[in-house]
Formats: sequence, structure tokens, C-alpha cells
Amino acid sequence: MTAPAVSRARFEARTGGVADSPTWLGRLMLAPAVLYIGLVVAVPFLMAIGYSFSSVTIGTSTPRFVGLENFRAALQDPSFLKALGNTFIFSLVSQTLVIVLASILAIALQRKFRGKWLVRLLILLPWVAPISLGSIGWLWILDPIYSVINWTLRHLGIFGPDTWPIWLGQPKLAMTSVIGVHVWRTMPLATVISLGGLSSIPQDIHDAAEVDGAGFFRHLFVITLPLVLPILLVAVLFGLVFSITDMIVVYVLTRGGPFDSTQVLASLAFFKSIDGGDLSGGAAVALFLLPVLAVCAVLLLRLARRAEVT
Amino acid sequence: MAEARKVAGSVVNFGVVAAFTGFAAFPFAWMAITMFKQTRDLLDPAGNPFIYHSPPTLEHLRVLFQDTLFLHWVGNTIFVGVVVVLITLLLAVPAGYSLARLTGAAGERLGIGIFLTYLVPPTILFIPLSRLVAMLGLQDSLWALVLVYPSFTVPFCTWLLMGFFKVIPKDLEEAAMIDGHSRLGAFVRVILPMSVAGLLTTIIFSFTLVMQEFVYGLTFITSSKNLTISVGVPTFLVRGDVYFWGSLMGACFLASVPIAILYNLFVDRFIAGFTVGAVKG
Amino acid sequence: MATVETRALRKEFTGHTAVDGVDLAIREGEFLVLLGPSGCGKTTLLRMIAGLEKQTSGDILIGGRVVNELPPRTRKIAMVFQSYALYPHLSVASNIAFPLKAQGAPRESIAGEVERAAKMFGIERLLQRKPRQLSGGERQRVALARAMVRHPDVFLLDEPLSNLDAKLRNLARDELKQFQRRLGTTTIYVTHDQVEAMGLGDRIAVMSGGKVRQLGRPQEVYDEPADTFVAGFLGSPPTNLVTIDGVLVGFRPEQLLPPGAAATEGAGPIVPMRFSVDRVENLGAGRLLYGTLPDHAPNEKIIVSLAYTVHSSIEAGRTYEFRVHQSNLKFFDPATGLRVPARPLRRTG
Repeated sequence: MTAPAVSRARFEARTGGVADSPTWLGRLMLAPAVLYIGLVVAVPFLMAIGYSFSSVTIGTSTPRFVGLENFRAALQDPSFLKALGNTFIFSLVSQTLVIVLASILAIALQRKFRGKWLVRLLILLPWVAPISLGSIGWLWILDPIYSVINWTLRHLGIFGPDTWPIWLGQPKLAMTSVIGVHVWRTMPLATVISLGGLSSIPQDIHDAAEVDGAGFFRHLFVITLPLVLPILLVAVLFGLVFSITDMIVVYVLTRGGPFDSTQVLASLAFFKSIDGGDLSGGAAVALFLLPVLAVCAVLLLRLARRAEVT
Repeated sequence: MAEARKVAGSVVNFGVVAAFTGFAAFPFAWMAITMFKQTRDLLDPAGNPFIYHSPPTLEHLRVLFQDTLFLHWVGNTIFVGVVVVLITLLLAVPAGYSLARLTGAAGERLGIGIFLTYLVPPTILFIPLSRLVAMLGLQDSLWALVLVYPSFTVPFCTWLLMGFFKVIPKDLEEAAMIDGHSRLGAFVRVILPMSVAGLLTTIIFSFTLVMQEFVYGLTFITSSKNLTISVGVPTFLVRGDVYFWGSLMGACFLASVPIAILYNLFVDRFIAGFTVGAVKG
Repeated sequence: MATVETRALRKEFTGHTAVDGVDLAIREGEFLVLLGPSGCGKTTLLRMIAGLEKQTSGDILIGGRVVNELPPRTRKIAMVFQSYALYPHLSVASNIAFPLKAQGAPRESIAGEVERAAKMFGIERLLQRKPRQLSGGERQRVALARAMVRHPDVFLLDEPLSNLDAKLRNLARDELKQFQRRLGTTTIYVTHDQVEAMGLGDRIAVMSGGKVRQLGRPQEVYDEPADTFVAGFLGSPPTNLVTIDGVLVGFRPEQLLPPGAAATEGAGPIVPMRFSVDRVENLGAGRLLYGTLPDHAPNEKIIVSLAYTVHSSIEAGRTYEFRVHQSNLKFFDPATGLRVPARPLRRTG
């Protein structure tokens, strides 16, 4: 044996037990990650819960326990209630749109054509680009004065020369715009996942349906979609989780305005704690996200089990 | 008749794909156009925004690179990215392998638990974490980000790598062990070299996640020269109420498109890992 | 039921020709087997008849009408895939009902048809299960039930037995043939297994390289092969092909017999061939002898198969006076492989 081989063998002989034993090696290899996650995720998570039950501000050093006070205050705060409603609207509307649009696009992408790699690259752009930067791009596109959309619509005659929508300035429009940008951002991932699901259906099944006489719609709705559904649902649940917890789109586009019309729980929590200094209030608001997240997590796990198709 | 229907079907299909591609890519195309347009051209509400009324200029880019902290931010982002990727690899690779091979049923559950931590949003954690960061004296330091970013890259990459490792046949490790390696040796000398694709995917995805992160960056870093691109561009390229759109769009474009191209090369493996991991658990 | 005809059918893919000019005329109610090694074009041919592949040129007729442009669902055919292609998310009953629903059959009649089809294959008690809960044999029956439920004119079967346990295959083969006899539907069956082909086919089309080498009844194709490919493909162990006098001579392993073995049906003159035995394999149901013909082709290895009814004692290392009926010797042109007329043999030794 050569020198390195000898010393390696000696090393491995010495650590004999661990390097060979599946249980101990497994634990050792897993430990750093688990420790890190415990310290940086689990502990702060518990701290956040602790904060929500006490009164902590950026200034205080010793927290006081206040029970459910923060939660009660939140429920009575009209900003909070508005944000709660907005969060639901924002998440549900955007993800419904995403699943429909992504399915359509994924099915359209099944067909062979040249340049597919380019199409995929372009379609993924909104997802890969840093969220804040893509949003700034939309800020420019939706600018109150210089919006290219408005210019185009005016030129097409849809709006008169003096009227045009202020995309981010009028409450209902602002919500629409924020939802639109979020759909733009999250659709690519759902599409790519759906594509993966579609291509996992064996070609034989499609052939059999053709021979059995299924027309386009029956084939699509009775065969293809039910078989993609499990993966689609996984994509949707992910999308929901990202939507419910996202504050970036709102922060960059509207800062929650106008008049709280686009404020969501995540952005409200941020403004309350960092701008307002009320760490406990912010934590309480953020924790309202938890039940929904927990439900999503459970559903995700159930689906992952049942998603086995063939 | 059948031919006509087929052609119509193709046209509709093409139309759908073109529409979505346009929708997705338009903002970036718009960024590209904007960054070369002279300011007086940009701020002319009457003129046709799709054409260059004055000749295109590199002025915005010059301002971006020379008069702003953009290059600083790029450096910061790369620094944080590289260090976080290294930490992620160090933690997630062994963890992923352990969950894939060495821990059985309890491992499955732990794997799910780890994955679930990915779902705990920064919007809950940033509050206590900002206290933690202050306590450690890392306020306004990039090291705060280095410390905290793995909290989302590690769970995600562990789960991703778990999927990759599971697909490699057990025979290979067993053959290596018969040939004279310990389990650890088999992992290092046989499995890792075979998993280069999975490792590269992990690297690209971690880096992308780092580039996209906003909340922690906004919360922990206060002085402008320590910002990352993701936070610096939206907050500091604005002087009061005046947006320097040309430079702003230039920054957005340059920070988005290259990484997207790189990401695109690896997305297939990500999806494979996603569907395998999600489906087989 | 209907006839199926292909005329000069070709299918070209970029790079190679999968089906190279095939003319077939399949009779009503016939069970035709397309037999050949993988890559010979048999599955492509089947898929073109089904309408799943578009032919490059040539015509396909079902029941006398040209179906070239027609989609699968209008051709009145049913297909059983090698993987069975059962819809995994539907129950067995829904799987069987699917073609009926797709073709707009009246709702009230569907349940009855499904019952009947299920009964025919003995799977009534499985109707509410999902495919993943069934065994291979059960899935195969569901696939058959789904195929027959709308009484197609032609059945197309793509290696439906190859996914079954070897032990089940014989039984399944028997059931399949009986079922087809009962229904009388024209059937085209693709396989690479020549035993299956011999057992099932009314006629066999032996294919290689995209062409049909020979079409005929099993016994014809076995006894009078049209070329060396057919001679070699059918029968196990394969036909012995030796070069004697510049011509290829073929005879089957069971046709070279030791003295004392009962003469087979082939009447006519006997040709003596001395056989030098190198090795004996005792397989239980018979013996295989490996050796050479010292007088005729001393450098070529041949195999002789002795049934267990042949009691002659044979030892390795010895040479015996074997014989073969003149009519069992088939002659082939060494350059083309095609069959040529018989001629007298000359010993070289």
C-alpha cells in the first residue's frame, strides 16, 4: 500500500466505529444542520412567540408578560383587520390565477417546437430575478405619469388624452396591480412544476385514451388533468405559502398604501416592528400567519404521500 | 377538415405561448430599453416610449457604476453568496446524505421536519433575529446575513440533496465498502464525485436564494455601503422623490438576467428533485 | 369483425426506415401474429394500423375502406398495450367504461356492458379496485375487458403477455386464444417470442428489418422457411446451418437422429450423417448434444436435440452414425440467405 493509503486506512481503522456504523455516522452527519437550524430557526421562532405574549419594543431590555394583550389589540386595530382581509384576497386570488394560467401554459408547452429552451428561459425570468428588482421594474412600468401601459392604452384609444389609471395610487387598482405583479412572479415556478408533472404521465396512457376514442376535452379533463393534479396542488400550496408570507412586492410597489388598501399581514408586521418600534405588536401580527401556514404544511404532506401515480 | 383543425390548433397554441412569454419577459425588455434611453427621452410623457427619440446613451450605466454604490453592493452580494453557499454545502450535504441513507423511518420524519422549517417565514423570524444580531454586535454587518441566510438555504438544500442521493443505487456504496472503504469513505470517494450535478444545482439555487433575499437585508443592514443588491437598488437609488430610472433599470437588468441564464441550465434537475422528493417523500 | 389490409406501407424516421414496404392481407376473424426481434418494425406497423403513427407512404384498409387519414377512434379498433395502459386514477369499472363513455354510448347501457365484459374475464369482484391494487394477470384481464367492451372490428395486441410471470404465460396464452375464437374478432398480435407465435397464430408474419420475410401458417413457416432468418428465428434451439459444398444446409436439432430412433413422419430417403459428440446436456425433458459433422462440415458446431423418448445411449467424445430425412434438409443461398431447391449432398470426408 502506498503511504497515503496506509494513513487513510489507519485513520479509518481508528474512527472504526463511527465511520462504519450507519446509526452513529448518520447522527453525526445530520447534527451540524440540525443544530444550526435549531439555533437560528427554532429558537427565534420560540422567541417570536414569547414576544407576542409580552411587551417588547426596540428600546426595552426586559420584557413584561402581558398575556393575550397584543393579540387583542391587533384584532381591534382596523389596520390589522384590513391587512388580514387583504392577505386572503392577495393570496387566494393570485394563486387561483396562477394555477389556471400555469396549467394552460404547461399544456401549450407540451407541443414540440424549436426554441423551447429560449421560451423556458424567458418564462423563468420573473421567478429567478430578485423579487425586489422585478418589482422595481413594474414600478417603472406602472408609473403614474410615465407608464408605458398607459401610453399604449391611450394610443389604442381605450383612454382619452386626460384620463388614465393610476395603477398604484387608486386603492382598488393598487390591489389589482400588486396581485398582478405577484402572479407574474410566481407563475413560472408553477408552470415548470406542472410541466414536470405532465411529462411524468406515460405516453401509453395518452395512446390508450386516443384509441379508446377520447376527444380533446375528455382527454384533457378526464385523463390528463386528474393525473397532474397532485403535483399541481403541491405547486399551489407552495405558492400559497409564499404569497401569505410575502412582503416584498407590497413594500416596493406601494409600501402598503394607498390608505392601507394593499397592506398585508407580512408588511404590516414589518412596519409595526421596524418603523414603529413595537416588536411585540409586530410579532403578534406575524403569528397570525401561523395557523394558515400549519394547515398548508399538513396538506402538503398529505398530498406528497398521495401523489404517487403509477 | 382535419388538417384545418390541426393548423388552427397550432396557431392557438403558438399564440398562448407567445402571450405568456411576452408577459413574462416584457418587464426585462423594458428595463433594457430604459437603461439606454436619455433621461429627457424617458421623462417625456407624450413621446412614444418604444422608440429612441434621442440616441441611446451609456450615461446611466456610467452613473450606476461610478457614482453610486452599485458595485459595492455587487461585491457585498457576491461575498455573502459565496460564504453562505459554502456553509450550506458543509451543513446540507452530510445532512441530506444522512437522511437519504442512514436514518430510516425516523429520518423520513426528521427530513420532513427540516423541510417544514423552510416554510417558517422571515416575516416571523426577523423580529427576534434582529435582537439576536444586535446582541452579537453584528448590527449593520454583512456577517449578520452570513449567519442568518443559511436558515433558509440549508433546509431547502437538505431536502433537495436528499432527493438526489436517494436516486443513486445502494450497490455502489456496498461495492465500495467491500473494496475496503468505510461508509464514510464510500460517501466521500464514490457518492460525492457522482453527485456533482446535485451539488452544482445546490450551489446555484442557494446563490439565487441569497440574491433574492430582502427582509433580513433590509432589517439588519443600515448603512448604504453595506447593502446587498436586492436591498440597495430599491432603497438607495432613489434620491428623495426622484427616481433615477435609467440607472435603476440598468441595475435591475444587470442583476437579474445573468443569474437567470445560469439558473436555467439547472432547473431540470431541480424539478426532477422536486417531483421525486415530493412524490416519494 | 373485418379484414385488414396494408399496401406498400412504409414508415421512415430520420435516419432509418422502420417499415419498408409491407403488404399484408389479414382475413376476417384471423389471428395474425407479427413476429420478429426488437427493432424489426412490428410495433411500428401495429401502431400505424391503429392510427397512432402516420405512415410515410402506402395505404391501410380496414373492412375494405381506406383509413389512412382517420384518427384512431374512428377506425373501430381496440388496442392492448404492453404496459396495459390502465388509467391509474380510475377504478377498474371506470377503466372499462371509458371507451363507452368516450364514444357516447347511452348511460343506461354502460353498466350492463361493463358487467358483461368483466364477467367474460372473471374480474367482476375487482370492479371497484384501482389498477395499482391488482396483480399483473388481473391488470391484463382488465386491459382485455376494456378492449372488447365496445365490440371493435379489430383487436391489436402489443406483447400483452411479456409482463406476466413465466409461469402464468402458458395459461394466459390458452385463455387468450380461446377468448378470440369465441368472439371471432380479427386480431393482430405482436410478439418477439416465437413459442407464443407458434402457439397462437393462425398465420405468422415473420419480420426483420422492416420487411415481412415470410407469411404463412405456423407449420409452413416452421417446416418450409423462406430464408435463413426465418429458419433461424423459429425453433429453439435454433436451426443448424452448415456450409456444405458452397451451399447453406439447414436442419432442425430434432431432425438429426441416432440409429434406432423411431422414424418421423417425413417419408422419403434417409441421408446418413456421422455425428461426433463433444458434450451432452441432460435437461430432464430431453438431451442436447453439442458436436460436429466430421464428414460434411467438420469445423462447424451443431446442436442435436433428443427427446426423452429417444433411449439411445450417447456419450461425449464418440462418433455415431446419425441420420436425417432428405426432406428435412433445407438449402439456402449463402449470399442472399434465400431458399434454393434441394440437391444431393456429397460427403467431404
